[in-house]
Amino acid sequence: MKQHSRLMKLLFSLAALTALSAGLAGQPVLAHEELTLERAPIVEGDKASLQRGARAFANYCQSCHSAQYLRYSRLTDIGLSEEEIKANLMFASEKIGDTMTVAMDKSDAKAWFGNPPPDLSVEARVRGADWLYSYLRGFYKDPSRPTGWNNTVYHNVGMPHVLYELQGVQNMVGEEGAKSLKLVHPGKLSEAEYSQFTADLVNYLVWMAEPAKSTRIQIGVLAIFFFVLAFFVTLALKKEFWKDIH
Amino acid sequence: MSTASENTKLAQVTQWIDARFPMSSLWRDHISEYYAPKNFNFWYYFGSLAMLVLVIQLVTGIFLTMNYKPDARYAFASVEYIMRDVNYGWLIRYMHSTGASMFFVVVYLHMCRGLMYGSYRKPRELVWIIGMAIYLCLMGEAFMGYLLPWGQMSYWGAQVIISLFDAISPPLALWIRGDFVVSDATLNRFFAFHVIALPLVLVGLVLVHIIALHEVGSNNPDGVEIKKHKDPVTHKPLDGINFHPYYTLKDLVGVSVFLGIFSAVVFFAPEMGGYFLEANNFIPADPMKTPPHIAPVWYFTPFYAILRAIPQKQLGVIAMGAAVMIFLALPWLDRGLVKSIRYRGTLYKTAFGLFITAFLILGYMGTQDPNLWYVNPTSQICTVIYFSFFLLMPIYTRMDKSRQAPDRVTS
Repeated sequence: MKQHSRLMKLLFSLAALTALSAGLAGQPVLAHEELTLERAPIVEGDKASLQRGARAFANYCQSCHSAQYLRYSRLTDIGLSEEEIKANLMFASEKIGDTMTVAMDKSDAKAWFGNPPPDLSVEARVRGADWLYSYLRGFYKDPSRPTGWNNTVYHNVGMPHVLYELQGVQNMVGEEGAKSLKLVHPGKLSEAEYSQFTADLVNYLVWMAEPAKSTRIQIGVLAIFFFVLAFFVTLALKKEFWKDIH
Repeated sequence: MSTASENTKLAQVTQWIDARFPMSSLWRDHISEYYAPKNFNFWYYFGSLAMLVLVIQLVTGIFLTMNYKPDARYAFASVEYIMRDVNYGWLIRYMHSTGASMFFVVVYLHMCRGLMYGSYRKPRELVWIIGMAIYLCLMGEAFMGYLLPWGQMSYWGAQVIISLFDAISPPLALWIRGDFVVSDATLNRFFAFHVIALPLVLVGLVLVHIIALHEVGSNNPDGVEIKKHKDPVTHKPLDGINFHPYYTLKDLVGVSVFLGIFSAVVFFAPEMGGYFLEANNFIPADPMKTPPHIAPVWYFTPFYAILRAIPQKQLGVIAMGAAVMIFLALPWLDRGLVKSIRYRGTLYKTAFGLFITAFLILGYMGTQDPNLWYVNPTSQICTVIYFSFFLLMPIYTRMDKSRQAPDRVTS
């Protein structure tokens, strides 16, 4: 009888915990409506990919988008030396400890694009890698838009397709309900090359959003190991002291 | 020889202090000779864990304050500065953001324990009421802290909650905000409340909670009073054991498990799938852009769901307030013959099960888009169950066929 009630208690406690964690595991309301996104084929921590991404960011994004919370010097974390950063990724007037700001004036930007281009430091934490990947690949020709471009995951976006030279020009084709993108004018890169290019860029954006992530995970393994050990030590100690309690 | 003389020296120092401050007697009364029932189970870990989380929040909070800037222009940037440029700033910040959620996890489990074993009943009414005051204080602390990162959810969450006061009295809402919209003035006063006013109250209340508990003694899973049976010679409760070393050591096991889980979140899932840190809060606050869905953090969602379940806004606000405050009446609503759920009858067990289920479902509904067809009807049904648990309690606890509780604790 006693065993039985103890078992019931355990089951009840577990049920309560399961209910709690099930509640936690569900998804809260998302910032944007449900979309079918392409999975971004990125390998976090792949330094070669991150370096290519850093270069792509400097060449194609940073004329309009800042990354004002990231310092150039932080790029040493992805395997670049200060000399390489200075030579390839910075303007002459900047210092290695500076953050990645943008020269474009905010009011100009608002006049040109409707909204100033957002800072991209933490954008990957807002959108997620898959959204960014799909976005960079989802531009198509739309003459009704002021820029001439529209996007599948960000409808009526103010940003033009700055990578069209690389990707080429896509059109939206097909009937309502079964629409798809079709490359009508190839760019400088093949489809596979463009996939790699955008994956590298997204990988970099993800890294930039939380540069401490790899350190966090490394320390995390040690922390978990420590507390598992602490559990066994404290449990043994507790059992020793509780021997005479009946 | 040397240890003996050191011992005498230590004893002398202790005597010197004890003649001026009740150090030894405080230690005896509250730690080494505080007698706690020997049959505490799983549910009794959460009191000490709540204190641990409080300490984590206080310490990480102090370090965050060293680099955080309570200014609408710099707040968001200063949080990113902490995350990137401060040594281990990311760890301090994640511990604090995870700690906020884990505080509510342990406090909800702690309250659930109180409900199950009737720990709010005579003579522990004040322990319960002080505990509720701690919970209210914690809600204020969490709400104000959530504004500080100055992201979109911080901003619009605060805007929505403060607008509830508009439904009661617009001048009151204006007085809380210090402006016509949530602004720099609001951020500054919330910072002041979050880092000094409420933590002071919180620590004070926790102290009072423990003093009150130690006056009446701890309840236990059997809901019987261990003070009824004392050793005739030593006057120690027969079913009581010294808090130290027995429960200090047992709680350390709980601390190890808890910190393991805590670390798993901090180091591997600090956003907890958007529940502990929301994606929208990585966008700086923009008073001109309302996000499409505004939902409070998960620990407020049961009450938020009650608010939305009621079509009339003023009534909704009143119901939401009542849903929290009604816990205060619990000691006088319960007319059961026994304290612990172990010896209660089917009526109480059913009511309790329904209440916990309704609370969890309300919590889930509060995170969902209110335009989904099932959200409002489900929330309304659960709101009725929620309030019925309390309002019908005097009736069903009196009718309930409980078993005779044992005289002594069962292990």
